[in-house]
Amino acid sequence: MAFDRSSRPRLPTAIKILVAGGFGAGKTTMVGAVSETRPLRTEEVLTERGIGIDDLSSVEAKRTTTVAMDFGRITIGDEYVLYLFGTPGQERFWFVWDELAEGSLGAVILADTRRLADCFPSVDYFERRGTPFVVAVNCFEGSETFELAEVRLALQLKPSIPIIMCDARKRDSSREVLISLVKHSAKLRAEPVGS
Amino acid sequence: MNGDYRSSGEPSGEHWIDPEIIRPYVVTRGRTAPVHGRFNLISMALAVGPPPGPDAGLDPEHHSILRLCREPKSVAEIAAHLNLPAGTIRVLLGDLFDRELVSAQEPQSEMDMRDMKMYRAVLDGLRSL
Repeated sequence: MAFDRSSRPRLPTAIKILVAGGFGAGKTTMVGAVSETRPLRTEEVLTERGIGIDDLSSVEAKRTTTVAMDFGRITIGDEYVLYLFGTPGQERFWFVWDELAEGSLGAVILADTRRLADCFPSVDYFERRGTPFVVAVNCFEGSETFELAEVRLALQLKPSIPIIMCDARKRDSSREVLISLVKHSAKLRAEPVGS
Repeated sequence: MNGDYRSSGEPSGEHWIDPEIIRPYVVTRGRTAPVHGRFNLISMALAVGPPPGPDAGLDPEHHSILRLCREPKSVAEIAAHLNLPAGTIRVLLGDLFDRELVSAQEPQSEMDMRDMKMYRAVLDGLRSL
């Protein structure tokens, strides 16, 4: 599909980052903290990859589902616009929608130390798909403080995967998470960039 | 979206249709795929040329999109602002693209994710937030 028409004004190119994690881990909070507007919500029909279905007919089982997604926007100069998409939290198996991860720069997995197991599926999914990701441990007030090394161990993260503490409500903190993801993704997919 | 429109003061009698379901369908006249292109959720659109008049044969939703797209907007943003499903916006954007009333830009593809220049620009942008 070629949209180009030579005489047209130049449009920015959109880039997508996913914010994943369990329900209530602070995905929409983080999206809102760094976005230039309050988080918006859109409905999209996604194709569901068949999972856990005995597929004897070799015809891939697929169905479509309408999901609501919260997202935010960060304008990067004239050339790029960064969109942050919170993966649908209420949907237990959001990761069956490859369309969401397709073409993304990478993913932030928000971990809530009170429910660490909630982010196992996300870690698993992005690892398998080869999507660059970082784990951000959202420090809620009153939550037990964990050593990052303990969380890394619990999630069985490879040493190369960045893991950082954050406060998803704070712009500076959420921005640092995104910066670490972009650096990590650049390291994996392009050449290293200076810090 | 429970379909009980009587609470919103609508006349009763045909209580088999939820207005929130039928609206997207009417807006696109039943079309589910755009005339032109596919339009990703984050494809960017920008209105081009002078705004068409009321006699241009466009629906109110087309005009709303053109007003929103005076600045570059993604399909997802247009859908959120107009409170319509992204699929409906794709169809309407296809109409506008066909009539050369919008220009569009596809998102950064997975292949383009090797572009060092893009990472530098994004890092600079984030640092200056």
